[in-house]
Amino acid sequence: MLTDKDRIFRNIYGFHDVSLKGARTRGAWDHTKVLIDKGPDWIINEVKASGLRGRGGAGFPTGLKWSFMPSDKRKEDTGDKRPSYLVVNADESEPGSCKDREILRHDAHLLVEGALIASYAMRAHTCYVYVRGEYIREREALQRAIDEAYAAKLIGRDNVHGWDFDIFVHHGAGAYICGEETAMLESIEGKKGQPRLKPPFPANVGLWGCPTTINNVESIAVVPEILRRGSSWFSGLGKPNNTGTKLFQISGHVERPCVVEEEMGIPLRELLDKHCGGVRGGWDNLLAVIPGGSSVALVPAHECQDLTMDFDALSKVKSGLGTAAVIVMDKSTDIVKAIARISYFYKHESCGQCTPCREGTGWMWRVVDRMARGEAEKSEIDKLLDVTKQVEGHTICALGDAAAWPVQGLIRHFRDEIERRIDTYHASHREAAE
Amino acid sequence: MTKKLIVDGKEIEVEDGTTLMLACEQAGASIPRFCFHERLSIAGNCRMCLVEVEGMPKPAASCAMGVGDLPPNRDGSPKKIFTKSPLVKKAREGVMEFLLINHPLDCPICDQGGECDLQDQAMAFGCGGSRYAENKRAVEEKNISPLIKTMMTRCIHCTRCVRYMTEVAGVEELGLISRGEDAEITTYLERGLLSEMSANAADLCPVGALTHRPSAHAARPWEMRHTESIDVTDAVGSNIRVDSRGAEVMRILPRNNDAVNEEWISDKARHVVDGLKAQRLDRPYIRRNGRLEPASWSEALAVVAEKLKATAPDRMAAIAGDLAGAEEMFALKDLFSRLGCRNIDCRQDGAKLDPKLGRASYIFNTTIEGLERADVILIVGSNPRVEATVLNARILKRYRQGGLAVGLVGEAAALTYPYEHFGNGTSALADIAASRHSFADKLKAAHNPVVIVGQGAAARADGAAVLGLAASIAAMAMAGKDPEWNAFSVLHTAAARVAGLDLGFVPEGGGLDTGGILSAAFERKIDLVCLLGADEIDMAKLGPTFVVYQGSHGDAGAHRADVILPGAAYTEKSATYVNTEGRAQMTAKAVFPPGEAKEDWTILRALSAEVGTTLPYDTLTALRASMYKTAPQLAAIDQAPAAGIDGVVALAKISGQVSAEPLFSPVRDFYLTNAIARASAVMAEMSALKNSTMAAGRQAAE
Repeated sequence: MLTDKDRIFRNIYGFHDVSLKGARTRGAWDHTKVLIDKGPDWIINEVKASGLRGRGGAGFPTGLKWSFMPSDKRKEDTGDKRPSYLVVNADESEPGSCKDREILRHDAHLLVEGALIASYAMRAHTCYVYVRGEYIREREALQRAIDEAYAAKLIGRDNVHGWDFDIFVHHGAGAYICGEETAMLESIEGKKGQPRLKPPFPANVGLWGCPTTINNVESIAVVPEILRRGSSWFSGLGKPNNTGTKLFQISGHVERPCVVEEEMGIPLRELLDKHCGGVRGGWDNLLAVIPGGSSVALVPAHECQDLTMDFDALSKVKSGLGTAAVIVMDKSTDIVKAIARISYFYKHESCGQCTPCREGTGWMWRVVDRMARGEAEKSEIDKLLDVTKQVEGHTICALGDAAAWPVQGLIRHFRDEIERRIDTYHASHREAAE
Repeated sequence: MTKKLIVDGKEIEVEDGTTLMLACEQAGASIPRFCFHERLSIAGNCRMCLVEVEGMPKPAASCAMGVGDLPPNRDGSPKKIFTKSPLVKKAREGVMEFLLINHPLDCPICDQGGECDLQDQAMAFGCGGSRYAENKRAVEEKNISPLIKTMMTRCIHCTRCVRYMTEVAGVEELGLISRGEDAEITTYLERGLLSEMSANAADLCPVGALTHRPSAHAARPWEMRHTESIDVTDAVGSNIRVDSRGAEVMRILPRNNDAVNEEWISDKARHVVDGLKAQRLDRPYIRRNGRLEPASWSEALAVVAEKLKATAPDRMAAIAGDLAGAEEMFALKDLFSRLGCRNIDCRQDGAKLDPKLGRASYIFNTTIEGLERADVILIVGSNPRVEATVLNARILKRYRQGGLAVGLVGEAAALTYPYEHFGNGTSALADIAASRHSFADKLKAAHNPVVIVGQGAAARADGAAVLGLAASIAAMAMAGKDPEWNAFSVLHTAAARVAGLDLGFVPEGGGLDTGGILSAAFERKIDLVCLLGADEIDMAKLGPTFVVYQGSHGDAGAHRADVILPGAAYTEKSATYVNTEGRAQMTAKAVFPPGEAKEDWTILRALSAEVGTTLPYDTLTALRASMYKTAPQLAAIDQAPAAGIDGVVALAKISGQVSAEPLFSPVRDFYLTNAIARASAVMAEMSALKNSTMAAGRQAAE
């Protein structure tokens, strides 16, 4: 279990002063200049060495991502005069996820400081924070923190750190797809939020055609602490290839749903028991968990026994850590209906740009919805599985995959439940049919 | 740099910038597609073009993936691409099935049937049946234009139409609203599209969502005979295909010609079709007691011949209209010169273009394709958007590539690209010519400057002086640059004009020009005027003159005529037209002229025999051979030979008093510029719609 001294987010519950003064007492903005003076290469190498993987869901190594951005030397060599940009993804819209919200509310200075350091490392003078449309108070809290930092000359022109840096908050309008990094760029540019084709990747052609890196709020907010304490401290926590601490968000059928910072690789059962008061009705009452937000496949109870919460262990059970938004479902859950609701969400949020997702999400939802009522044929289960395979991997962005995986997980683990419903429905309607 | 690839086992070498789709096609593989179009930006949204790339876990959209973006193989061997593998087949079937689940099965009543990409590709790549058991989506129809019929339930959201309207037509009036399966293509305010080339969007539509309303449910594509021809509704000379069934022209479609119209045509060129069937002059008429009465050919020709014989050569005249083919103009000129008459003119708008100065002084020397290399353009007295819609699209295409500056002297207009406006009057011209203007520096600094001079500048009393100023600006801009580059470009509006000037259909040796003919007629100094399809002159000025009108449509000229000789429209004859860049092109006979109407050169040939000065050609071939001796450039079909700069230099020497009056575009109503368009109900509807929309816009602005 993570000890208090290893915690990065020391005010995640907002018990303490959220102002700059309060944040400083907790260590934020401490010797930032010293970190910056060590140079961009040192920062990127430290982040690489820490083993930090992106906290937005895909788990791509953050340091490696930063190294794709053109350095001063490379820009000089190629005569590239384009500015670079950092975009912070605070469009936290994945059902189950609620960690970035807490950072914006209570530990926003960690984000602002991290944005400065990351921008400096990637030679960006400008950072945009794209805040989810529904996060109104959070946007205000973030803006307050930014204003304080400007006033204290921590950021802005001619700041104390010697790196001109502007940070702008861009408020979204409530579309899930704008959390996809290239759709986010489109949205910031004032266009309709629809993902771009890749390649070219944003590090090459991003915001307004300039090199851009898009990072999750948590990925950026943990950077100052990693640099202050050293990469070995961070990589010493968690498991190999799954290092550091992570904000877990547990919702659903537990006694006390919560957001909590824990070590990567903590056993699921320990996470639920220690921080959430356990599964409602006891561990044996567990039906399944969705371990990483609505887009990953569910994990049934019998696979949860020794499950650890990290990228590699969860992909082994054909699920994923995602944003570490653990949705716990006990045996009272109508699992087919639950997945049908998730399917509806993806159907509703599909941007409509490319064919498989536009047409497939609606199809999947309609079939799962019927299956939840039992109004289906057993042959349709395989047909549905085939449809999910036709969506998966054929789309421009990952929303198609995100819509397909929960349904695939349902069929993989609860095919008998679907069949039982179909049987029940047919049995009760036999008379009418005849 | 080139890169090796192995496509379906066949090794090829392609340029680094090539897309995977083109590379596969180079290797002989055919890749199905819906959203991809060569002339539009890449959207990559239909996912039909997926191919398998060795080492990549997911299939790649080949239209968007550059060969240079493929990660190299570890051992340096060429990447293997598979276009027929089971993975690709499954992916295509999947996409096809998704496209069809919400697509109505109404092919039997759909106008796209028989030329539908979805139909064809469903046959080639689909899996036969549908597994979709839910209800299909229905989408409300949109009222976007009298020219484009919508059936949005059929839409597959490829966004070709949106990209076309934005990128080529240059009006951001179509878009995709809503999300997911509720996404719809619409004009945001359900307002008609205000573009002069909107109908191409319906051509681009790969399904039956957008079809051509005027030709709705009239014919099936396989019933029609295709005739390759040339459009005459403006001077661009767009290449068209005339589709006919029996004796009737059913529709007109664009034909690809990269040098001229790419694959676009204006709405007028396409939908003038119904005008070909209305107001036709299908038999000769003779005016008796003030009324036009039907007559036979022999009667009509006899009346005209008698009149010609009885009139002194200097008391008769001929004016050629905007739609006349080179052959009939040649025959008419030939006849009149044999009769000793010098009062002939093909410039019914009074343009001061003089063929004696050399061909370069009256053609679009830059060429339309050359506009793609232009970096500074000065437009003088022209609104290319309505005068030469497709040419204007070429300027927009160039503008979208970046680094183009456009200046406009003359009436301000809503062009589809931004420009600097230097006043409605001519004063800026003199300033630029004298290098007293900032734009003069731009022109001098440009690599490939262009000066576009419209008929609004040429057709004025001081037209010669304005042309001289423009030519001197062009000469100044060209000085010391690539000798192959000619900046001086006259934008014509009449399809017949350049051929007329090439043939010397202008007064020579003291003959009267159009203005002179009209005032002489008004003063009773001229007794007979032949109008060869000339409808755009002020008929009131003809006074009591005996008027012979030869043409295809009952328009202003026919109303004034004393004898009507019914001719053929451009779809009914093989005739040569020279476009504004001096490119000779030939129309072809798609259908026969209606009733007793005849091809125009044969009418003149018959008349000449009646007059007793028989023209020495009995066949079209013989006529052409004779014509090519006079104007050899007309024989260079489909070519736009460079005219040199002598004509521009000669023109630049002309100076004179330039009045301060504003420069206006001669095209006041895009939809009604010629007799055929004025006979078209579709064009009339478009004109009324445009006027009412503009009026509503003006009201709202006030």
